[in-house]
Amino acid sequence: MKKTIGVAAAAAAIALSLSACGGGSTASTEAKGEINYWLWDANQLPAYQQCADDFTKANPDIKVKITQRGWDDYWTTLTNGFVAGTAPDVFTNHLSKYPEYAAKKQLLSLDDAVAKDGIKLDSYTKGLPELWVGQDGKRYGLPKDWDTVGLFYNKAMADSAGLTAEQMANLDWNPSDGGSYEKAIAHLTVDKSGKRGDEAGFDKNNVAVYGLGLAGSGSGQGQTEWSFLSATTGWTATDKNPWGTKFNYDDPKFQETIAWWAGLIEKGYMPKLETTVGASLADNFGAGKAAINTTGDWLIGQYKSYKGVETAFAPTPKGPDGKRASMFNGLADSVWAGTKNPAASVKWVEYLGSTACQDVVASKAVVFPAITSSSEKAAEAFKAKGTDVSAFTTHVEEGTTFLFPIADKAAKVDGIMKPAMDAVLSGKKPASSLTEANNQVNDLFK
Amino acid sequence: MTTLTKQQQNPAARARRPKAAQPARTSRLRRLGDLKMALLFIFPAMIGFVLFYLVPTIRGVYLSFTEYSILGDPTWIGIKNYTAMLGDELFWNAMGVTLQYVGLNIGFQTVIALGLALLMHRVAKSTFIRGALLLPFLVANVIVALLWFWMLDYQIGIVNEIINWMGLPRIAFFGSEQWAIPTIAAVNVWRHMGYTALLIFAGLQSIPNHVYEVASLDGASPTRTFWSITMPLLRPVMVLVLVVTVIGSFQVFDTVAVTTGGGPINASRVIQMYIYQKAFGESDFGYASALSVILFLILALVAFVQMKFLKGNESDLD
Repeated sequence: MKKTIGVAAAAAAIALSLSACGGGSTASTEAKGEINYWLWDANQLPAYQQCADDFTKANPDIKVKITQRGWDDYWTTLTNGFVAGTAPDVFTNHLSKYPEYAAKKQLLSLDDAVAKDGIKLDSYTKGLPELWVGQDGKRYGLPKDWDTVGLFYNKAMADSAGLTAEQMANLDWNPSDGGSYEKAIAHLTVDKSGKRGDEAGFDKNNVAVYGLGLAGSGSGQGQTEWSFLSATTGWTATDKNPWGTKFNYDDPKFQETIAWWAGLIEKGYMPKLETTVGASLADNFGAGKAAINTTGDWLIGQYKSYKGVETAFAPTPKGPDGKRASMFNGLADSVWAGTKNPAASVKWVEYLGSTACQDVVASKAVVFPAITSSSEKAAEAFKAKGTDVSAFTTHVEEGTTFLFPIADKAAKVDGIMKPAMDAVLSGKKPASSLTEANNQVNDLFK
Repeated sequence: MTTLTKQQQNPAARARRPKAAQPARTSRLRRLGDLKMALLFIFPAMIGFVLFYLVPTIRGVYLSFTEYSILGDPTWIGIKNYTAMLGDELFWNAMGVTLQYVGLNIGFQTVIALGLALLMHRVAKSTFIRGALLLPFLVANVIVALLWFWMLDYQIGIVNEIINWMGLPRIAFFGSEQWAIPTIAAVNVWRHMGYTALLIFAGLQSIPNHVYEVASLDGASPTRTFWSITMPLLRPVMVLVLVVTVIGSFQVFDTVAVTTGGGPINASRVIQMYIYQKAFGESDFGYASALSVILFLILALVAFVQMKFLKGNESDLD
């Protein structure tokens, strides 16, 4: 008797655990209940919490639970959630990740909602809404913000080197001698005995302050590391964007750019790659170990928070084509296809992409919202805090942005390009070795 | 985590026992009754074993013959994953890196642990000191890794501050290709040596004192006593310790994952890290399963060879 109970219990347990894997249940069509929302940037959490509170006030039937996770955990937890049926109903999505999720049918298409609820796509900054239309022609996200890259420099160091804000804002660059950009970097580099990088007797093995900080090799995109330089040579990462299937890492224009950049290490103007493991680019800047950092506008707040360091911003240098360039990246909110509450989720996404929420985000002066009018409000909010963000907005005004390379198999491309770029930057292999990596990348698409 | 078992009876003595019992018929009947009872007792453990070990293992082996991106259904592709492995430079690199790690880790760990165990056995008899040796093992792996990652940091780490203060050039412990694996191995030696020493120490305590008395009566030197008495009598325990630590060492992952993440370039991409990246980074669960199967076979072989050639299940004490 006892035994049969045991067997029955075990069978029931197995049946339970199996059914739990199934996940999907009938979806409700009414817009009510609790929905989960995920984001990764802790700096933006307060703004979105405010949006969620306002949203619930307007829609008392819907509660929004926000979860913030660090970038590294975010994507693995999300993937596991897709499989286990526990993924959030709505989440912040990234251009490098969404193509795969869309291809695997994990994202809810928003076309019907956009048409039905009359979302004005032209209220968003030009170029952003199109980024979220997948290869199948369906829309998988509503834009929430955008970012560009600029030079963050230590004002006191620039002053003592005799470089004015005007000079810093008008640097030029070319891959052969680095132009005035390299001259500024060299001049801002100081060794332990106080000699500058462009003076005779500079000791490149004992550098106290590097002219240019280094975050990492930038893998295949180099968003904040080198893309703003390579783009001014006319180089593009893929044959077309979005949805390119042929990569151009074998292009001499690209390899020359990387060779010049990696050469800064050899000259002693930029720290060695091996010293960046575990280190934070921003913290080293805050500690006065580098004079210029190239990074994205989402870090303005952090750079402004270092005590005793005054950070100033300059636009990226003009390249051989006589123009500046900056990668234009944007985030969006997507709805998970497996959500049990699609109606409420879509409503929340629409609210996130609305002027009401984006103005709240703008008022916190952390990022630039996707809606043009909100973005202008954010610039004013930054100004009110004493930060001049024209270095970042100039790219949008002058149309010098280029799009983040959106392609399928991004994780695999990264798996090949990261070690390949590391090898070049650590001086182990020449820039020409990237041709071999490029062949491997292109083989992925055959 | 592990249990120390030592069989002191020789097989002959064990085999003799049933004969002395009752006539064959009744004994067989009783054994059948025993079997039912035994199965009843084993049953709860069987559920766990089947659900959490057997089924996932079989599924893993099945997945290794498929292309599977976790979102969607697996497609059968035969032995393609295995043939791809042969030409996969990163796989061979991962095997090389793992072997280098295991060599450094086990070599240093075993020698240091043996030394510590001897000290615990002969010199440090206070429970406090014996307990203190185990302290690093009580700290979670990831915490240990982060702690050392921070202490060995190139710019702000205390170790590099000391090196700098002594007038030597700073070392990028986790950042340079030459140092990454030795550093990770050293961190794990630091964490595990106390625990390993404790296992060996237990083995030392099981060696009867009279053997040492006889040795000292015969005028054997301490070195001679060590090599001719301690080591041979310690062998079964040492084999167990080696089997367990070598298997654990092959599976190093957490220390790498929270520090170098496999870099610089490919210098610390150990096999478990590579499996993880393939599966969870690149959603290539089929290939990752094939890699896991290969690792499983290697570990089974290593354990078998160790048990076979070091005669781990026999003791010289009888």
